Amino acid sequence: MPSPMTPGISSGRLTAEQIAKNFADLHSAFDPHEAAVAADRCYFCYDAPCITACPTSIDIPLFIRQIQTGTPEAAARTIFEQNILGGMCARVCPTETLCEEACVREAAEGKPVEIGRLQRHATDTLMAQQGHPFTRAAETGKRIAVVGAGPAGLACAHRLAMKGHDVTLYEARPKPGGLNEFGIAAYKTTDDFAAREVQWLMGIGGITQASGTLGEDLSLDGLKAEFDAVFLGVGLGGVNMLRAHGEDREGVRDAVDFIADLRQASDLLDLPVGRNVVVIGGGMTAVDAAVQSKLLGAETVTIAYRRGREQMSASRFEQDLAASYGVRLLFNVMPVAVHEDGIELEYTTTTDGKLVGTGERLSLAADQVFKAIGQTLSLDVGLAMEAGKIAVSGAGRTSMEGVWAGGDCATGGDDLTVTAVAEGRDAAEDIHASLV
Amino acid sequence: MADLRTDFLGIKSPNPFWLASAPPTDKEYNVRRAFEAGWGGVVWKTLGEAGPPVVNVNGPRYGVVYGADRRVLGINNIELITDRPLEVNLREIKAVKRDYPDRAMIVSLMVPCEESAWKAILPLVEETGADGIELNCGCPHGMSERGMGAAVGQAPDLIEQITRWCKQTTRMPVIVKLTPNITDIRGPARAAKAGGADAVSLINTVSSITSVNLDTFSPEPSIDGKGSHGGYCGAAVKPIALNMVAEIARDPETHGLPISGIGGVTTWRDAAEFMTLGAGNVQVCTAAMTYGFKIVEEMKSGMSQWMDEKGHSSTSDFIGKAVPNVTDWQYLNLNYVAKAKIDQDACIKCGRCYAACEDTSHQAISMSPDRVFEVMDDECVACNLCVDVCPVEDCITMERMPAGAVDPRTGKVVSDEYANWTSHPNNPAAQAAE
Ligand SMILES: Cc1cc2nc3c(=O)[nH]c(=O)nc-3n(C[C@H](O)[C@H](O)[C@H](O)COP(=O)(O)OP(=O)(O)OC[C@H]3O[C@@H](n4cnc5c(N)ncnc54)[C@H](O)[C@@H]3O)c2cc1C
Ligand SMILES: Cc1cc2nc3c(=O)[nH]c(=O)nc-3n(C[C@H](O)[C@H](O)[C@H](O)COP(=O)(O)O)c2cc1C
Ligand code: SF4
Repeated sequence: MPSPMTPGISSGRLTAEQIAKNFADLHSAFDPHEAAVAADRCYFCYDAPCITACPTSIDIPLFIRQIQTGTPEAAARTIFEQNILGGMCARVCPTETLCEEACVREAAEGKPVEIGRLQRHATDTLMAQQGHPFTRAAETGKRIAVVGAGPAGLACAHRLAMKGHDVTLYEARPKPGGLNEFGIAAYKTTDDFAAREVQWLMGIGGITQASGTLGEDLSLDGLKAEFDAVFLGVGLGGVNMLRAHGEDREGVRDAVDFIADLRQASDLLDLPVGRNVVVIGGGMTAVDAAVQSKLLGAETVTIAYRRGREQMSASRFEQDLAASYGVRLLFNVMPVAVHEDGIELEYTTTTDGKLVGTGERLSLAADQVFKAIGQTLSLDVGLAMEAGKIAVSGAGRTSMEGVWAGGDCATGGDDLTVTAVAEGRDAAEDIHASLV
Repeated sequence: MADLRTDFLGIKSPNPFWLASAPPTDKEYNVRRAFEAGWGGVVWKTLGEAGPPVVNVNGPRYGVVYGADRRVLGINNIELITDRPLEVNLREIKAVKRDYPDRAMIVSLMVPCEESAWKAILPLVEETGADGIELNCGCPHGMSERGMGAAVGQAPDLIEQITRWCKQTTRMPVIVKLTPNITDIRGPARAAKAGGADAVSLINTVSSITSVNLDTFSPEPSIDGKGSHGGYCGAAVKPIALNMVAEIARDPETHGLPISGIGGVTTWRDAAEFMTLGAGNVQVCTAAMTYGFKIVEEMKSGMSQWMDEKGHSSTSDFIGKAVPNVTDWQYLNLNYVAKAKIDQDACIKCGRCYAACEDTSHQAISMSPDRVFEVMDDECVACNLCVDVCPVEDCITMERMPAGAVDPRTGKVVSDEYANWTSHPNNPAAQAAE
């Protein structure tokens, strides 16, 4: 029987019960009583700061008041009108840096209203009921291609379908959902929620799901010729290079691939993980890869980040979450070389605004090294680019007429699920306005 | 340490906290627990005449109004007077009084409006050794339809009549318990005094329907799909009770008549407020029904701490202290000018003051793009709404403008002279008098 101490990379380090417990819901669902108590704390602020802080501008005080008065279904409608993936966002949004950070009760008592969990309570309640909450407008006869079935594409497709347009949703992978399905940490979206949510969203009607990869079997010119408008929500498929010796060794992997395997594993007992794991990076992907390695049974897990804690893009909440699972956070170190059973790091410092090595080195045991140093856009379809992303202006307009883009692949906004939803939705409104 | 002992009509009790006539005082078991918990006295659950006792409904008898977090703000009930045999109650009263001679034991009574009925029951009560009686002229449901309770309390001549019968028959002090379900509480209070009452107690419950079930269209509490108006009590009725107590305390005709204050007393603070408005003690029902008897500990410790802080050595030091400050609107000083002031350090930027003032008051609060809320003195009428809706205590305060300053709203210099409506130039009556 393997254990956390088993050398090398091995599956089955923990028992089935331990795995089930480790990958259970990070924030459990509220029962109705808990929801009532939490909802009562909302002050119903004027022009509430939480609304401003939400990238999709959900009317939070209104939906909480609707929960308070015993109508969580109406609350859910308030949420979905702004954010059709409100169910996923309730689970994955870093609320501590969005709505809950802005909550006046955070200022008052250091304890915000638990907006995320209340949102989940409302959306879960409505989604558990039969049917789809919205109906389509009369068909317009306009046809739109949406490329990429991640949060941006899904939000765009839904809004367009609702407006009566006919949408074809192209996706390169065998399953829709984008990073909701392949990237988000397993303990944030349990019980196959990502797939269930897509199915529920499709209930609007008017969306045809098609398999296709832009740049391979689909071309932008072809889409432009066939459709009245095109929206690109292809995310960031590529991964940055480490530029360290030994990067091509067997134990070195992209964190996103590891997480995708994890999310798709039919049994996590079969998923191998190293005894000693080192994750290179400082974002949400790094934290998720590290925490989930630990939850799979790795003995030691270290996040090695090249700058200081404050620069880390993972929120303090995420950092503390990692630490609480026993993940070690190492700051101001960069990888130099990966060896057979270890990794060599060099301390860094910033001089004249540039990050440089100090010469001092440090070695860590590592059976597995995950690269989580950012994703890139690998697609090149002749659109103007900016800082490695598709340049957009206004509500996702690209340099090419009739082509919109949003989500991670486009400029502007943080790379978050909720931002992708907002951009997809707004592009849909803009496309609609330009077509009718 | 402050002395909480009180003497009400010569009835001594270790503290001014009594339990009102209601379920907490319905039987020996409860009252013994109450005395063990430290209550100063009880008014036993209302007794009716000898013979078959009244019957209660066999379904729910309470309805409720909640605040945030299901905090009970008010309860209403359709319970009647005691449904236990008279002789059982009398036996228990006697036993408890014997074991707790230092506590006040008052017996509440409600019998038909006939002299013989009152003359029959009083000797039986006297025999228990009880310290006094309270005439229940207030129960608004069930008994009132039979010509008792509030039906008596709403007819001053009947109050006077039964009070007189009692005073003629018994040596025990007579407290008349009044109903708030009347337009002017002074009428019943004057009648009680005319009949010879030693004191009045108030308020009994307020006629009410707490809610309607939107599935069945039945008022709550629902008995087989129907509901009846009940009596409302608890924190929600305190403002009504305080005003009625004050009205009696400052009425020249009843001024000085001892009062036992009832209605929404939940904390030591509520009790102290009733007493400053002239109540010699207080009676509690809903708070005990909500939280149990233990709350009396907080009431005792809170009141003595406050008394120590203020240098009141006994309750008589502050009883009635607020009565001279209760006046009629026309005598309020119109030269008192205040402005709301927002403490920016305490402000949590919820904007509730802004919504309240902008939408429903005087558009006197400005809001900047970065959510700084400030009062515009040239618009503020000092209505206090912003203070009331602000969730942070003392974040918004009312600051009096000093004499000599110019009120930017009216452009007038603030005067330190007292001037009220009776002499105001806009008052037609004042002009006519000139
Ligand atoms: C490991 C990880 C964890 C994360 N955790 C969180 C979190 O907890 N909270 C949060 O808010 N955000 C999180 N994020 C970020 C969030 O997942 C993304 O910001 C969001 O999914 C972006 O949505 P999108 O629709 O732009 O792109 P994606 O979700 O990447 O979807 C793009 C879709 O397009 C498809 N596609 C790509 N190229 C093509 C092509 N050429 N042709 C056709 N289809 C194509 C892809 O297969 C995919 O389905 C995380 C990201 C990662 C990587
Ligand atoms: C269930 C219930 C039964 C009551 N029964 C009586 C009663 O029999 N006699 C009486 O004089 N008052 C009765 N009352 C009124 C209380 O004594 C008291 O006047 C009223 O509840 C207001 O006080 P509170 O706000 O502290 O509850 C009853 C109140 C309740 C809640
Ligand atoms: S006191 Fe009244 S008028 Fe003045 S700022 Fe407050 S709400 Fe407005």
